Amino acid sequence: MTYEEALFYVIAAITVAGALGVVTARNVIHSALFLILALLGVAAVYVLLASEFLAIVQVLVYGGAVTILILFAMMLTRVRDIEGPLDGPQRPFAALAATVFLGTTVLAVTQTEWRGETDEATVVTIEQIGEALFSTWAMPFEIASLLLMVALIGAIVLARGEEGE
Amino acid sequence: MTSEVFNVYIAVLIATIFGFVLVGSALIGNLILSPRQKSPHKGVTYECGMLPIGRSRAQVHFRYYLFAILFLIFDIEAVFLFPWAVSFVELGEQAFYEMLVFIGILAFGLLYAWKKGVLNWR
Repeated sequence: MTYEEALFYVIAAITVAGALGVVTARNVIHSALFLILALLGVAAVYVLLASEFLAIVQVLVYGGAVTILILFAMMLTRVRDIEGPLDGPQRPFAALAATVFLGTTVLAVTQTEWRGETDEATVVTIEQIGEALFSTWAMPFEIASLLLMVALIGAIVLARGEEGE
Repeated sequence: MTSEVFNVYIAVLIATIFGFVLVGSALIGNLILSPRQKSPHKGVTYECGMLPIGRSRAQVHFRYYLFAILFLIFDIEAVFLFPWAVSFVELGEQAFYEMLVFIGILAFGLLYAWKKGVLNWR
């Protein structure tokens, strides 16, 4: 086993442990903290796959902003520690959905022809991404800013409307 | 090429391991060295002053959710700024104006938020 492989297994173990912590923690705040651990683990996997930019985005957007949104959502609602069991009559449906998802994932993993050695992986640098973004994909990039502005204004209008001001 | 990328991240790896060791050793050291005496008064939040009543988790007004949304949106703007910042000299004038339009549109959104008084802390 090469040291890259060993590193991958350590990172994968941390990621899975974080994901398990999300669903098993009794305190919702602890769940959110475990979620950060799992998301940072995924970022480390991206680095191992030589996708630097994706790792940066993962840390900034998922590790930062999305967890902040989740924590804010907890602060805004009257959230309590989970006392009783969370599952109810939907248990068989949940089991069915989980089994189907697991089956699909296992099928996808076994049916895919993997590319083999990591040394063959092509490294896409941030400079190359910038070049593509500002020449070929300039229009979608500008539209993305419009989308963000619409999201911002929409959120303000919704919040203001609820407040009745 | 691939190994070059990894070589940069060895520093990150070392810092991560050091971080885990630092926090872990502090916790274990505390576990070993600290004296333990159980008494109900040790669970009280303040040593002196008023006794805290009720739950510690207060409900925050949803108005503050807008701060989180603002953070998310400008976080994504920062993500787009990265590939521009590392190579805007090579990309030329066109990329500069593209970025100007991008930031301008988002600045309009921020201006709207400012005008509506979202940025006021009440």
